[in-house]
Amino acid sequence: MFYLGGFIVGGRLSADSSALCSGSKWHVRLVGRSGGPNVTSRIGSDYPYRSVGLQEMKMLYARQGSESDEKSAMLLKAQADFLESSTSYYAPEWSFPPASGNLRYGTLPREAVCTENITPWLKLLPCQDKAGISTLLDRPSIYRGFYLSQRLHLTLTGSGYEGMDLSIILEKTLTVVLQPNSQRASLVRDSEKHIQPSWSLSSIFGNQVGGKCVLAETSNVYLLLDRDRIFIEESSLLSKNSSVLYKFEVEKYSESEPFDLGLTWKILVVWLCQQAPLHASRFLMGSGNERGAIAISLKSTQTTEGFMGAHSNDERCELRVDVFQVVPWYVKVYFHSLQVFVDQQPKAVSDIIEKIHVSPSKDKVSPGVMELVLKLPCSVSSTALTIEFDKGFLHIDEYPPDANQVFDIPSTIVSFPNFHASMVFLENHSLNKSPLLSKFQEKSHVMSYTEVLLVPLTTPDFSMPYNVITITCTVFALYFGSLLNALRTRVTEEESFLKDKGSIIFIIFIHHPTISEEFWFERKLKGDHNQPPQTKFVMVCCQENWSATSAAVKVVGKDNR
Amino acid sequence: MAETKEKSHSDEKPKPRVRPIVRLGIFLVSHSFLVSVVCFTSGVLALFLLPVLAKNTYISENALMPGSASPMLSNHHVSDGNRLVKDLTNSNLKSSETGIESHKIIAKYMLDVGAEVSFHKFHPQMNQFHPLHFFSSPDSGKIQENCSCSSYGINTVGIIRAPRGDGKEAIVLVTPYNALTSSFGEVLSLGIAYSVFSLLTQVTWLAKDIIWLVVDSQFGEYAAVSAWLREYQTPKFSSHSTLNAEMCPDINYLFEIKVHSMAGSKFSNSFRRAGTMTAALVLKVRDQSEQFDDTVSIYAEASNGQMPNLDLINVVNYLAVHRQGLRVNVEKLWSLLNSGWLKSLGEIFESLATIAKSLNPKFKFGIPATEYVEGIATLASSLYYQALGVPTGPHGAFRDYQVDAITLEISPKFSLDKVWCSDILLRGGRLIEGVIRSVNNLLEKFHQSFFLYLLTSPSKFVSVGVYMIAFALLIAPLPMVAASLYVDANSSKGDSSFLFAITDTDEHGITIRSWRWLNSAKSVFIVHLWGAIVSLLPYFICQIPDCSPTTSFMIWVLLSILSLLILNLVLASPLACVKASQEKEWALVKSVTISSVFIGLGLMSVINFATAEIGALLMVPMCLLARPLKLDVRVGTLRSCCRIICNLVLGHIAFPPAAFFLFKGMLDGFGSANVGDFWMWVESLWAWNSATYLFIGMVQLPCWVLCVSILFHSC
Repeated sequence: MFYLGGFIVGGRLSADSSALCSGSKWHVRLVGRSGGPNVTSRIGSDYPYRSVGLQEMKMLYARQGSESDEKSAMLLKAQADFLESSTSYYAPEWSFPPASGNLRYGTLPREAVCTENITPWLKLLPCQDKAGISTLLDRPSIYRGFYLSQRLHLTLTGSGYEGMDLSIILEKTLTVVLQPNSQRASLVRDSEKHIQPSWSLSSIFGNQVGGKCVLAETSNVYLLLDRDRIFIEESSLLSKNSSVLYKFEVEKYSESEPFDLGLTWKILVVWLCQQAPLHASRFLMGSGNERGAIAISLKSTQTTEGFMGAHSNDERCELRVDVFQVVPWYVKVYFHSLQVFVDQQPKAVSDIIEKIHVSPSKDKVSPGVMELVLKLPCSVSSTALTIEFDKGFLHIDEYPPDANQVFDIPSTIVSFPNFHASMVFLENHSLNKSPLLSKFQEKSHVMSYTEVLLVPLTTPDFSMPYNVITITCTVFALYFGSLLNALRTRVTEEESFLKDKGSIIFIIFIHHPTISEEFWFERKLKGDHNQPPQTKFVMVCCQENWSATSAAVKVVGKDNR
Repeated sequence: MAETKEKSHSDEKPKPRVRPIVRLGIFLVSHSFLVSVVCFTSGVLALFLLPVLAKNTYISENALMPGSASPMLSNHHVSDGNRLVKDLTNSNLKSSETGIESHKIIAKYMLDVGAEVSFHKFHPQMNQFHPLHFFSSPDSGKIQENCSCSSYGINTVGIIRAPRGDGKEAIVLVTPYNALTSSFGEVLSLGIAYSVFSLLTQVTWLAKDIIWLVVDSQFGEYAAVSAWLREYQTPKFSSHSTLNAEMCPDINYLFEIKVHSMAGSKFSNSFRRAGTMTAALVLKVRDQSEQFDDTVSIYAEASNGQMPNLDLINVVNYLAVHRQGLRVNVEKLWSLLNSGWLKSLGEIFESLATIAKSLNPKFKFGIPATEYVEGIATLASSLYYQALGVPTGPHGAFRDYQVDAITLEISPKFSLDKVWCSDILLRGGRLIEGVIRSVNNLLEKFHQSFFLYLLTSPSKFVSVGVYMIAFALLIAPLPMVAASLYVDANSSKGDSSFLFAITDTDEHGITIRSWRWLNSAKSVFIVHLWGAIVSLLPYFICQIPDCSPTTSFMIWVLLSILSLLILNLVLASPLACVKASQEKEWALVKSVTISSVFIGLGLMSVINFATAEIGALLMVPMCLLARPLKLDVRVGTLRSCCRIICNLVLGHIAFPPAAFFLFKGMLDGFGSANVGDFWMWVESLWAWNSATYLFIGMVQLPCWVLCVSILFHSC
């Protein structure tokens, strides 16, 4: 059984699909978006990725041998092999509450955009992108979007001892933010005067859905409209945060009558999505190659007065903010330098931070992790956290091929446990059986992903090894040459040479330093007056040849005598 | 570079043999006079050969791909820019007393194209004396306690988020604009930037965010840019200055208007950021022009002779010349262009090249004489501005944060009226668009091309590997001469043929003699200590209120002389009696001086090469020639007469103030020279944290004093 669900929220569309693999059967499980509607990062291609103990998973795959497991193993290999190195994942203690402890968290802060990026992800779907909703996933139109996020969520259920109850739930989420109109120019130019552009699935994706994938149990497209913004006049009796949901069942459509959903706007709608109480942003401070600082700035969003108002009755109203920050080992963070500023006033760390968990990085072994629980007053307007770091030096083979592209620090996760990102739908009875929707109605923390940071590290001139080799070879040649020369000659021998009135001519050619330093020695020894002078040319390339040289010279000397 | 040395001996006497390398050294030291003459002249010659040796620039980074896409800036965007120009010129007429109105207009225009807008208020920072500041990165600046509401500037910042980028990197476009006294050129530069900006909000290829910074230049362009950069890179989270500015009614009014009129728009009160800066372009339009063509002048020198990556200049040069048909200029010393001796030197080189070509047609190194003279003029200004260590424009502020930046100054052929406005907007805009587009193509940071280079024309450069030769040749004689002087002074008879013969005199005498140099080292050290004191004195002098530059300079000179006398009395007098017994004392002093100069020049060449180069040109001959005048007068030959004259001339020229006035006189004519000018110049040096100042104070001035003391040595 396999469920496919597409979700359209206003201008956004998220196609979510899930599968549980146990044996060769596809079970149905649930998918949800990572942070509700509050995923506020602008990251082009990121993997907010969670997996349950990668090593355990591999063992599991080794035991079972079915086709779908191989598929899953392939998936892990294809999509998560960056997690194999221990430097890239970490087990957070309590930042992800439902699955703390045995959770592994790793992110890939950057991936070059390529149309094949999504292929391994698609391969896991039973119909790949050949049928069902996934036919919408036309690569050029997806990668034209503002935001793209692939997500894999693997969870183990059951005891696992018997092998019967053990099952792995694989949730696959693809979140894309697309622009409705390719003619963005006209949108921008008259944005104040005209209503938002109308769109349809075929205009956004360039494809239509021709029926469901035969393996899928259900295949639905949901359209979510923000109720209180649009239908104010007719929905006065409804609660505030409710929305209107339209459900379209793809199975009713076929190739001859493809499914195409479109909206034509008649009135202007200002779409304001629910916002987190604080807007989180992160930036680098300082300059140069030596040290710097990471600053996380939290600013209250103006629309959260309602949230605040709910709590302000209390005398000691506090806003809890969890910060989860992973830094790669080559950014050596000094955790003692953590500074907190609330409303532009420096505060003692103990006043604000309720709980802190720090795990310093180990060079080339594990990343540094900082988990914080902040208690901020509700009236806070701005908070800033700064933490200093030194930039490490990497070994030359630890640099990636494009080292000058600068290194990335994965995004910080700022979550607000007091705030829940759940949706309230008007009529629940007909939708109850859809796991996708019930997932959306679950209470989950509001989470903000901050920007990925670029840290310029010192990059060596990669032609340097060549220079170093040439220079050291030169130095070694000179050193060993003169040393062996000094060792070779005996004082008595020299004196006897001098008594023979032998004169020596040295001609030294020093070429411009190349790998091999060449010394040409012409040693001319004058014998008796009636004998013609004998000359000997010896070329010395390396110190190995020196002994040969000296031997030869000695022989000449003996001959002369 | 093949170096061939041959030495043959046919001595009858058996002597202990010396290693060839030592023998070579001994040979060089014993012929130090010849060697120094040869090295120095070849060093100067190498310097003058640099324009001939210059290579054509090329785009080293393949990702840049300048000019591979056709420009998208159309007349539509130009008319956008024209609208802004019109509005700004009108608003100037309406309310000229405050610049706020024009800032509002700019912000409104930015919002119209869909950019995020914020204002950045700043207080100009006073120049402070940071003697060793050039070693450290810029700090976040001191919070000034009492800032009045009137003394702040407003930078308007517009940011376009790249729709498909990841928001990690940004390109900065800076246009200085003084709302109070805005010239038409400034407004036009805003127009160009706006037309590019409005285009960039629509393009799909943008991968990096674009920051358009309209800099309030009423306190100077550099101050405003550096204030913004300071806030961007090293913000103060607990600042009082921003609070003060918040309290000023003026600016609150400005913000209220904004927030009300653009509800729900992208205007924000807070400081906005956009990733790591890849490159920055400062755009200016000159008001009047005397050029024959539409020209773009490129200014690249930042503080302490740092240069942006050569690729950035190459891209601008390529696009301006080959795509937009603009002439590209880099700074020249105009006074050198008409000098006859340079022209004849160029002709000599040219004729040599033709002779070489007739011998072997493969030799192609000659350049025409006129081109040579231009190359020398450009090279001289390139050297001069790098040596000065003072940035030539607001781009210098970016270089302090390791961001590659240049200033482009467009000067139109015709005087700026409305007719030619559109033409300049179109071509300038397309140039900026092209540069931004190719920087946008970059996947890596600028690293491919050179950072150490001198320009001899916009399309020709001399890399560090070539121009170092001249410097190396200049300073090569110094250690040899020092060694030969030392040996000379230590040997009993002073005859060079017995230099290295170990004499049979008692060992005690040898040890005493071999430690004699310590005495001269002490006096050299004292003078260098004095140099350090002299370079610290301006810090105290500038604390004196109401001091004209001339009086400050006088106080400085007096205090310096006084401190020299005091130091001499305190430290040198007890041991001065030893000196009397040494007739070769001056040689030892000269030897130690030369070695200290060698060390100083070597160090300086690492910090700021151009300063070291110019310093070597002045100091090396002075050090090498210095010899007590009495000795030369006593000898009275032609050679010694020449030496006396040279010594006197060099002794005058190498004195830092004299050198300054000479140079200034050469540039601007001697009529306008004023004693206070030197003080102002020095003040500007330390205000800009120039290492040149330290070099002058701690290397050149002590060296001059020592050389003068050698000249007047009583032996």
